[in-house]
Amino acid sequence: MTLALPAAPAPAPRRQLLVGSIFGATTMIMLTGSMLGIWALQRTRSLDAFDTWVPDGVTIPEVPSNVMLVAFVGVGVMVQWAHWAAMHGDRAHTVLALSLTGLFGILIINAQAFIWFQMGMGVADGTYQAMFYAITGMFVVLLIIGVLFTMVAAFRFIGGREDDRELLAGHAIYWYTVAVCYAGIWFVVYVTK
Amino acid sequence: MTTIDTRAETVTDDTAADTTSDQPYEAGEILLSSPVAHWLISADHKRIGRTYLGAAFLTVLATIVINILLAVERTDGDSVVLDEGVLAQLLDGQRVGMVFGTLLPLAMALCVIVVPLQLGARALAFPRMAVVGFWIWFGGAIAFAIALANNGGSLGGSEDMVSLFFASIAMMAVGLTATAVAIATSVLTTRAPGITLRRTPFFSWSALIFSLGVIVVMPVLVGALTYLFIDHRYPRQGFGGNAGFYTWAGWILTQPATYLFAIPAIGVFAELLPVVFGKRTPARGVMIAGLGLVGVAALSAVTQQNIQNLPWEGGGFNTDNLGDKFQDLAPYVIFNAIPLLGLLLVFLMGLVLAKPDEEEGFGFYLTSSFLFAFFGFGMILVGMVGGIVYALDDLGVQGTVFEEGVIVYVAYGGLLGLMGGIAHWVPKWRGGIFPVSVAVPLALLGVLATILASFPHYVAGLLDQEGGLFYSNSDLLIWNVLVLVGHGLMLAVVLIFIAALVMLVKADPDGNDSPDPWNAQTIEWSTTSPAPDENFVDIPMVQSAEPMYDMKDERRSATGDGGDS
Repeated sequence: MTLALPAAPAPAPRRQLLVGSIFGATTMIMLTGSMLGIWALQRTRSLDAFDTWVPDGVTIPEVPSNVMLVAFVGVGVMVQWAHWAAMHGDRAHTVLALSLTGLFGILIINAQAFIWFQMGMGVADGTYQAMFYAITGMFVVLLIIGVLFTMVAAFRFIGGREDDRELLAGHAIYWYTVAVCYAGIWFVVYVTK
Repeated sequence: MTTIDTRAETVTDDTAADTTSDQPYEAGEILLSSPVAHWLISADHKRIGRTYLGAAFLTVLATIVINILLAVERTDGDSVVLDEGVLAQLLDGQRVGMVFGTLLPLAMALCVIVVPLQLGARALAFPRMAVVGFWIWFGGAIAFAIALANNGGSLGGSEDMVSLFFASIAMMAVGLTATAVAIATSVLTTRAPGITLRRTPFFSWSALIFSLGVIVVMPVLVGALTYLFIDHRYPRQGFGGNAGFYTWAGWILTQPATYLFAIPAIGVFAELLPVVFGKRTPARGVMIAGLGLVGVAALSAVTQQNIQNLPWEGGGFNTDNLGDKFQDLAPYVIFNAIPLLGLLLVFLMGLVLAKPDEEEGFGFYLTSSFLFAFFGFGMILVGMVGGIVYALDDLGVQGTVFEEGVIVYVAYGGLLGLMGGIAHWVPKWRGGIFPVSVAVPLALLGVLATILASFPHYVAGLLDQEGGLFYSNSDLLIWNVLVLVGHGLMLAVVLIFIAALVMLVKADPDGNDSPDPWNAQTIEWSTTSPAPDENFVDIPMVQSAEPMYDMKDERRSATGDGGDS
């Protein structure tokens, strides 16, 4: 005999996409934190053994790395603008803010590529170089995913999915997390050196 | 979107039959309705879980075979029995297989199948992410096998295959993380009305702890593997090339990190306790806290330490340098003892449930799955105690086969527990009942196999048999032969279990299966066996942690029936 439980009223939405985005953000922070932790350990070991960490002849370009940090402030404003506009049903501003977010993302990728070009190191030149490319390369992957996420969100809005505000909340969380990851990289890799 | 009130976007048999209708996207529907698509991209959580389960059993079998080969090699401690060129690969295969081929995929499979059912949800959150996660994990497992078969691995000689070795483990980690996100999000967002976190069934709670741990731990591993990969491909200076694998990433394959992956098996035990004793669980918070405390092992993993040891070698048990000793003692206790404390709390709740009632006396209803879960729990407990002992430097067992005994206890214990879960919930995902006549002897054989495969290594470790494959003391031979017998028995247990499952799957469900064959307490037992495509016709309203007991009590009150509950 099947015992039937009473049927429940339709439950309130529980913001699945938002929760998933928070978990995605957690994985990004753990990934970056792990790589920065190992970076710090190797740096300490190198300083203890050889009294140096950044190899001779390697100059870290500080201007583009600082510009990237400032650009993330802009990204934060844009994603919040997009979310705010979506909450107020302002389609034009939402799409404009998303477009600018994507543009900022591409500019940051460009700045990172400029850093690689200016430093002119080979990945096989030594441990520092390999680790530098590993951590900055991983970060560029996060940026590319972010730009793709922004494009998907923008196209969904342009396509008429204007009620999908949770997506923009998740989108904002993603970019905020990328900014936090970069703040860590900026401090450990570019400032502390 | 929430998956408890919205139709799951599943590929159902209905859509398969309705390919002639004049609907938009008809070509896409035809494509999606093919049997291959059913298995490749279905968003039905039971189907995803069954695919996971099938692949997981393949990797479990492969791992046990590797264990047997290594045990054969150890039957002669002085010389090489197998081909010398494959020994290093077999050791890698054993270590990675125990975690990424045994504990993790089986736990994921069971969580994907059971969690939505237990929560009253119609689907898993992010089902396609779970599917993609499965295929990435499975692709990683295949790539791992290819890498080892072609001279890859931590001591491999082929540069490309060593790179593939690192990449394959990273792939498995990424895939499992994707599935873990789907499971954790499901527990947090798809619970039926009335299921608060405190009322969440114990297995689903353990699934939440487990998946949160995976989400936290696996990215740390991927970060380390990224460095290892780049270092191996290019300079080979800072990380020791491929030989640096165990230095930088070995922590994921040792204790206490492995305890995290055994949590769903402990959750199965916790879930079955009220079923076999036919009672409501008092003080649920204690059980929930116990399962949560085992999750503290995740914190050990993120520290990336291969061992949280107590380095007091040479008479450390005195009051000298108390400050330094406290620094050693704190991580040792947190990472080794607190997970054990969690396990003991779960056991304590088992004793509370077993205490005879004043009115009804001692009630015990043995199900075909409980013995598996009970023995699995016991083996994990013995493994954890071994982990605590192993971390004591004063005992001098570090670097011996003692550690292998610990991980075999945890992995095989987890395997037994998860097999119990599969047997318990098979009525819901397939229909039919796992036969008690098979389950009882199989569980007994399973616990014997686990003890034989691991306890002799405790003894051999205390007798100073070094880790690896060779030893010179002939007195150690007997212990290594026993280990071989244990692994052989475990292979038989798993094969028989799979055969019994296949027979169940092949048998046509007659539609007359009892929806609640175990007299259980959680809501998955209110729906039909097997559960329909979307699990429940109506989303159930839940008013306590044991809704099925509520309903049975109400029915008894209404009919004045004082029979068993």
